[in-house]
Amino acid sequence: MKPPSWSPVLIVPLLALAALPAMAGATWITLTVAGVTMGVMLFLMASGLTLVFGLMDVLNFAHGAFVTLGAFVAVSVMGALAGQAEAASWGANLAALGAAAAAAAAACGAVGWVFERVIVRRVYGSHLRQILITVGGLIIAQQLILAGWGAAPLHVGKPLMLRGSISLAGAAIETYRLAALAVGLVLFALMLGVLNRTRVGLLVRAGVENREMVEALGFRIRRLFVGVFVAGAALAGVGGAMWAVYQETVTVAIGAEMTILVFIVVIIGGLGSVGGCFAGAILVGLAANYVGFLAPRLALGTNIALMVAILLWRPRGLLPVSKS
Amino acid sequence: MTGPLLRLSGVQTHIGRYHILHGVDLEVPEGRTTVLLGRNGAGKTTTLRTIMGLWRASAGALQFGGRDITRMETPDIARLGIAYVPETMGVFTQLTVRENFLLATAGGRFDQRRLQGVFGLFPILEQKFDQTAGGLSGGQKQMLAVARAMLEPCRLMIVDEPTKGLAPSIITTLIEAFRLLADAGTTILLVEQNFHLARSVGDGVAAMDDGRVVHAGRMADLAADEALQARLLGLSLAAHQ
Ligand SMILES: Nc1ncnc2c1ncn2[C@@H]1O[C@H](COP(=O)(O)OP(=O)(O)OP(=O)(O)O)[C@@H](O)[C@H]1O
Ligand SMILES: [Mg+2]
Repeated sequence: MKPPSWSPVLIVPLLALAALPAMAGATWITLTVAGVTMGVMLFLMASGLTLVFGLMDVLNFAHGAFVTLGAFVAVSVMGALAGQAEAASWGANLAALGAAAAAAAAACGAVGWVFERVIVRRVYGSHLRQILITVGGLIIAQQLILAGWGAAPLHVGKPLMLRGSISLAGAAIETYRLAALAVGLVLFALMLGVLNRTRVGLLVRAGVENREMVEALGFRIRRLFVGVFVAGAALAGVGGAMWAVYQETVTVAIGAEMTILVFIVVIIGGLGSVGGCFAGAILVGLAANYVGFLAPRLALGTNIALMVAILLWRPRGLLPVSKS
Repeated sequence: MTGPLLRLSGVQTHIGRYHILHGVDLEVPEGRTTVLLGRNGAGKTTTLRTIMGLWRASAGALQFGGRDITRMETPDIARLGIAYVPETMGVFTQLTVRENFLLATAGGRFDQRRLQGVFGLFPILEQKFDQTAGGLSGGQKQMLAVARAMLEPCRLMIVDEPTKGLAPSIITTLIEAFRLLADAGTTILLVEQNFHLARSVGDGVAAMDDGRVVHAGRMADLAADEALQARLLGLSLAAHQ
């Protein structure tokens, strides 16, 4: 029998199992939770990119700018809501974090809308021009953020109740990680729900496979694309916000750093595939944490090595989207 | 009736730097089936894609139902009531048969009577309704593509070589489908190299060569004129053997 089409995703639990003998059980639990959490945040940052490529064949190297913007907006909002964030109250803490994430989403969605109208729309169909103009967009966005927030790294504290850690089978797990994990999983579930259970989602899935046919059935795919672009930018903003609070510090370099990771995730997952993107993100998160612990000196090259290995095994990524 | 439902006048199309259509004149009368013949590379598919706005005409004009559609976008052209079955079928292989169908319905709801009619013609699609279309055979995909175009009433159905590479039994089913559509008064523009099928469903015929329509007339006249067949189809049959 032919293995089911999702079977390549099994590489993710296999990697986790393979790491188990190399370390103590409690360490493994801590690292695995950390890896999955990082993966979930990476997924938020990457999901828009993969859909934007799948739907309109647009390579957006400025996608990382949404991560940066989301991070800075979140830090500012958290600063303004310091009273809530420092209060010994779950409600106030989560409200502050939620407000930061929502503000990041709104700001990135709005900027994404303008960016699509003013820039991306002009370069449909030409990858070279897309790369040039979106890399330019990334640089300009960074300069604008520098002008707005300054060059010094900004610090932001985690909300008070999310600072500690809880103990699970002898392993210490940071509370904030669990919160980020929950946010990521909820958004992932929401995205799957929209994609699999709504008409708009059906159109997106169809459009990723065959844009022309969707148009020939009478649907304006450009309008759909704007929606996906804005939603993807907003999600990247939420990812940036969660990441900034997690790191407790943010610099303008976050966008460029994350752009590389996010492209690796999207390529590993298979361009255009949301499920693949999720699996790829978790894989990258896990590998980064295991290797960071076992062989910190190799940490830098791990992601690239992982990508090369996956591509040698499956040249079009874990769950490629077939184009017809 | 005043004039044909669809009229192409002097349509030229470039694909990149290639000049493919050199002035296509074509009329598709309402309520009839018009078959477009021509050897491989004659420009049939390019003509259909230009009608759908998937390629832009660089000169000439296209009118549908009296409206100028030359500069219209593909979705707007489709919304005028044109159902299109492309040469590549346009089946969404990652979606289920049901989802493929849903995309062709107005507002995402099935007209049960039409759906049952389609299942009557293509029972296999009912059996595989909730399976992904990627698992269908080539013939089943073609049935899906044609069936999808039958789910809503349309003013014009455009079908590009539906029998390419299909088994005779499936071709028979498709002929039946086109006959039913024709009996219901549907206007059809069909590209077809299989003269048996072309003759059994076509009222009118147009033959293309080298980016132009070189003959247009009644199918009955072509069927009766072996010399003309030899001249027009000799090309087309020779290219197929
Ligand atoms: N995307 C393209 N780029 C360049 N040339 C193309 C493209 N599509 C078609 N052509 C050329 O245009 C001409 C007409 O092609 P078209 O597909 O319209 O012919 P056709 O009559 O449909 O042929 P067939 O019977 O093989 O389907 C051919 O010479 C073909 O090589
Ligand atoms: Mg063709």
